[in-house]
Amino acid sequence: MKKIIFILAILSTIVIQAQSAEARGLEIAKAAEQADLGFKSSTVHLKMILKNKNGQTSERSLTTKTLELTEDGDKSLIVFNSPKDVKGTSTLTFTHKVGSDDQWLFLPSIKRVKRISSNNKSGPFVGSEFAYEDLSSIEVEKYTYKFIEEKGELLIVEQDPVDQKSGYTRRLVTYNKNKGYRIEKVEFYDRKNALLKTLTYTGYKLYKNKFWRAATFNMINHQSNKETVLFFSNYNFDVALTEEDFTQNALIRTGS
Amino acid sequence: MKIHIVFYTSLLMSLSSINAQTKENKVEQDFELEVAAEYRYFYNDAAFNKQESHFPSLAFTPEYAVKWNKGYESINFTGFFRVDRDDERTHWDIRELYYQKAKKNWELSLGLKKIYWGVTESNHLVDIINQTDAVESFDGEEKLGQPMAQFTLTTKKIGSFDFFYLPYHRKRTFSGEKGRLRFPVIIDKDDLNYESGAEEWRQDLAFRWSHYFGAFDVGVSHFYGNGREPLFVFDTLGNINAFYPVINQSGLDLQITHNAFLWKLESIYRSSKAQDFFALVAGLEFTFSNIDGNGLDIGVLGEYLYDDRDELALNALQNDVFFGSRIAFNDTQDTSILIGGISDLESSSKIFSIEASRRFGSSWKAEIEARIFNSIDNKEFILSNFKEDSFLRFSMSKYF
Repeated sequence: MKKIIFILAILSTIVIQAQSAEARGLEIAKAAEQADLGFKSSTVHLKMILKNKNGQTSERSLTTKTLELTEDGDKSLIVFNSPKDVKGTSTLTFTHKVGSDDQWLFLPSIKRVKRISSNNKSGPFVGSEFAYEDLSSIEVEKYTYKFIEEKGELLIVEQDPVDQKSGYTRRLVTYNKNKGYRIEKVEFYDRKNALLKTLTYTGYKLYKNKFWRAATFNMINHQSNKETVLFFSNYNFDVALTEEDFTQNALIRTGS
Repeated sequence: MKIHIVFYTSLLMSLSSINAQTKENKVEQDFELEVAAEYRYFYNDAAFNKQESHFPSLAFTPEYAVKWNKGYESINFTGFFRVDRDDERTHWDIRELYYQKAKKNWELSLGLKKIYWGVTESNHLVDIINQTDAVESFDGEEKLGQPMAQFTLTTKKIGSFDFFYLPYHRKRTFSGEKGRLRFPVIIDKDDLNYESGAEEWRQDLAFRWSHYFGAFDVGVSHFYGNGREPLFVFDTLGNINAFYPVINQSGLDLQITHNAFLWKLESIYRSSKAQDFFALVAGLEFTFSNIDGNGLDIGVLGEYLYDDRDELALNALQNDVFFGSRIAFNDTQDTSILIGGISDLESSSKIFSIEASRRFGSSWKAEIEARIFNSIDNKEFILSNFKEDSFLRFSMSKYF
């Protein structure tokens, strides 16, 4: 009898510990979300350098506008400036905390707006090593969490995507608790649970005394040996954008 | 000395405030030019006299945009000029030249502009604002610039309202004597008349309401004015009389986006003194995405096309099915292929097509297109004239 109680006691501590790892993971993700709350809207220029395994590079440049929403996910508008043959091609995305996002594509050559499926989460964004899901806005509800370890100021949390269409079984995210819970590194594990990609954030700058934004995102694909680097410039948090800047008409206007 | 310092400091401060102001009122200019060399080869012997088989061609598309007031005001220009072996395909156009102002929930555009309405791939029924530049492409997606005043009002709860005032009608382009894809009689676009006494200066109106709720994107439109499609009527002597009728056209476009499925419907009802008819396109698109884990997307498309006009339908799509596949490699060169076929359910007529494109370097783009007319029924009023006009097209564009 004593043995059974002893075993039960051990089991329950394990369960409690497991729960607290999950609770702590969620807590960290929420703290990171809280720390970034209130930026309202921003614009940024983005240069993408795509490197193949032989080191050959190609380049894209785009502009992103983001509108922060608290009740539902953020809205964003992305416009391509180069390569020139796709200049003006734009996407409008309404992220949802639960369920699939709404997305429209503008094709400037025939001025057509097309609602597109946001089903393709795991596919590459314009031939890069970033999947669509890597670039969509961070919403706490999209993952379940498990705290892994603490290394000085760094907190490592495992995130399991809720959506079955995700290309990952899990992501290992490194937060910096002393720097507004900014993300320093993400490791992506594919559906076979093998390490697929590593994303590192560098050149962090503090904007408006509250919002940490990295100047460089470096994504390395360990399986294909390809690499994509994103360079962010001209962050602007004073643009005061509204929902009217994120309509289908605004999409046509921006891409024209 | 002190005064000097104060003076210079205030001067500096005012200068920097001017600087800040000009930054706010920054004027952004942008110029781009596309030069495209093209070769079209019609591999069957011509059906009519004087038609050629080889068509080398060169096209220039300059674009200029100036934006100010944080991008809420702009002037946009797109020109077009083509030199071709077919004299009628040698033509120029102002595709767009308009002033635009957006403020809060409204937007105003004045000038020549291009507007696209619709959701389907094989036929564009609802799209009516611009005249088709028919000599440019077989799919009817190239348009002539339309003079307009467009006012758009966007609301949060009840969708978006577009009002168009269209003061001038553009006539459709037709192939010349040397050109393919024409009738035995050469139609000079200027020979076509109007039902309206005001002719091309008839003041036309159009309206569209569009909205989206969850998975549904819906548009309802109405156009009243000179039709974009000429009407071909035979008189008692068997002569063709072609003219632009005054039409009322109501349109509906609907897309339901559910997971990887896009369900699509376009439908119109057009009425005029000479002819009333109903037409629709309904179908779906399904995409198998990232099949190989490397970004390969394969989409399958199926659409049914119906048109009340039977054989008088200018586009010959009266009771047909379309099947297609869109293959996107999502590689760094944006390689993509679109394969399709339209088959008439009442006759043997079939049209197959392939369009493929790929970027080279950072500023070159190659395109390949093939249109194949197969077993075209001699009873087809329009299509039977094109049955020897299967062609291959290769084009290379350089962007400056």
